[in-house]
Amino acid sequence: MKILVVDDEVDIQALFLQKFRKEIKAGEFEFSFAISGENALEYLSEHESEAILILSDINMPGMSGIELLRKIVQKNPKPKPVIMMITAYGDSETRKTALEIGANDFLNKPIDFNDLKERLHKY
Amino acid sequence: MAYFFLLLFIIPLIRKYLQTSTLYKNLDLHLVYIRNFSGIILILFTIAGDKYEPTFNFVWILIYLYILFRLYKIIHIRTARVLFIAGAPFILSLIIFNFFEFWTPKFFLKYEDAFDGLSVIGLVWMFSYGLGAANQYKIFLKEQEQRLKEEEENKKILARKDILEVMVQERTSEILEQKQELEKALIVLKDTQDQLIQSEKLASLGELTAGIAHEIQNPLNFVNNFSELSIELIDELKNVIGPDGKILEGQALDLELFEDINQNLLKINHHGKRASSIVKGMLEHSRNSNGEKTLTDINTLADEYLRLSYHGLRAKDKTFNADFKTEFDDKLPQLNVAQQDLGRVFLNLINNAFYAVKEVTKPMVLVKTELEKNNILIKIIDNGIGMSAATQQKIFQPFFTTKPTGSGTGLGLSLAYDIVTKGHGGFLVVESIEGQGTTFTVKIPIS
Repeated sequence: MKILVVDDEVDIQALFLQKFRKEIKAGEFEFSFAISGENALEYLSEHESEAILILSDINMPGMSGIELLRKIVQKNPKPKPVIMMITAYGDSETRKTALEIGANDFLNKPIDFNDLKERLHKY
Repeated sequence: MAYFFLLLFIIPLIRKYLQTSTLYKNLDLHLVYIRNFSGIILILFTIAGDKYEPTFNFVWILIYLYILFRLYKIIHIRTARVLFIAGAPFILSLIIFNFFEFWTPKFFLKYEDAFDGLSVIGLVWMFSYGLGAANQYKIFLKEQEQRLKEEEENKKILARKDILEVMVQERTSEILEQKQELEKALIVLKDTQDQLIQSEKLASLGELTAGIAHEIQNPLNFVNNFSELSIELIDELKNVIGPDGKILEGQALDLELFEDINQNLLKINHHGKRASSIVKGMLEHSRNSNGEKTLTDINTLADEYLRLSYHGLRAKDKTFNADFKTEFDDKLPQLNVAQQDLGRVFLNLINNAFYAVKEVTKPMVLVKTELEKNNILIKIIDNGIGMSAATQQKIFQPFFTTKPTGSGTGLGLSLAYDIVTKGHGGFLVVESIEGQGTTFTVKIPIS
């Protein structure tokens, strides 16, 4: 499964690669990274028609995760990507907004990687 | 005999004119004696007839000379002088007349007309001078009256002046009291101002807290994650090593794992430092500034506070969203500045910039640094709602705020202005166009 991680913190990339190193070795997951909403949209337009799971941070400078989510939902790409939102400010309002717009899941920072793995395996 | 008779008229005149009864008591007494004496002589004459007249002629001459002498003694008095000048020639003429009549009757008879003329001249002189003097005296009286009036007036004025002085004193003491009250009020105001400055600092700290929490949470997450990962990686490495410390047969150490562990430790170190520098910054912000200056990289400082501002606002208001950019001049020299003070200036300006772009479609805040001759310029540029010229004039005044009541202390920019100008000898300049945006420029001299 292809997973796109969107976060403005660059070190998140090393973290994911190591946390999922077994799964990556086993060929279960394949990770790509974007450091902003704009960056993520570019990637998505370059990789259309790929089945994809998007993990996006909400609080990023410039385009926020919520905006990114809205834009992706508006574009309505096929096949429909799975979108999981992550935020450090896990208030119920934001969660509600994200799910209403069309996010499939909502996670809080710090990321519980075991929990994340379980959730990823559902898709 | 006529001369004694005359005295009865002259003496009251002199007494009245000179006011001897009050002014020259001794002279007055003498005049009274003379008058009484003249009275007695006159009675004697009437009884005894004219036969002693020649003898008494000398008596009246002595009396007249005595009066003249007394007048002469006080000739410096105006009235005495008038009487003297008026009377002396006439009396002299009378004395001459009688003298010649008595001693040289022949000569006297021969020139009787001349002697008569002389007496007449003396008489005319006395009357004309007396009249003139009387007129003058009238004028003098008038003047005196005038003077009295003036004195009266002066007294009144003096009295009024006294009243006024009392009033002035009362006023003065009132004003002094007010001044003391004002001074007290000023002290209270200064205390309040200090408290307000402190609460402004606390308010900005409050604004910062959420941003700081976010800023700290991120590196801490990394520290936790990378340390956990490293433990896992070391466990993995341990798996290929036997209890004797040797690598198990058929196994090999994955060198990549070493590299990963190394990288992770570097990252832990990096994020640990990042967190601690944020905490340090927070402590510095809340601490009372002593204005101590340290060599500072302005770009780093501006970047730090840009992030704190952004995350702070973000944390406070979930709907807040704005893009920000930095354009830093890498060639800036380090500057000796009061870090937390200048940081507060940046925070305030950047917060304002984010506040100003709230309602615009493509919100953007740009923090730019440049080198200009001997100055470093830090520009905070936004494309927000801008300000009218009237607002621009007031923004550096204490307590001026465009925010709703309770949202801002109105001290942020005024403090910022003081920090830049008084604290660092620089300038804080605003340029703004309504509907287009605002640029705040902090200009700090390098030396």
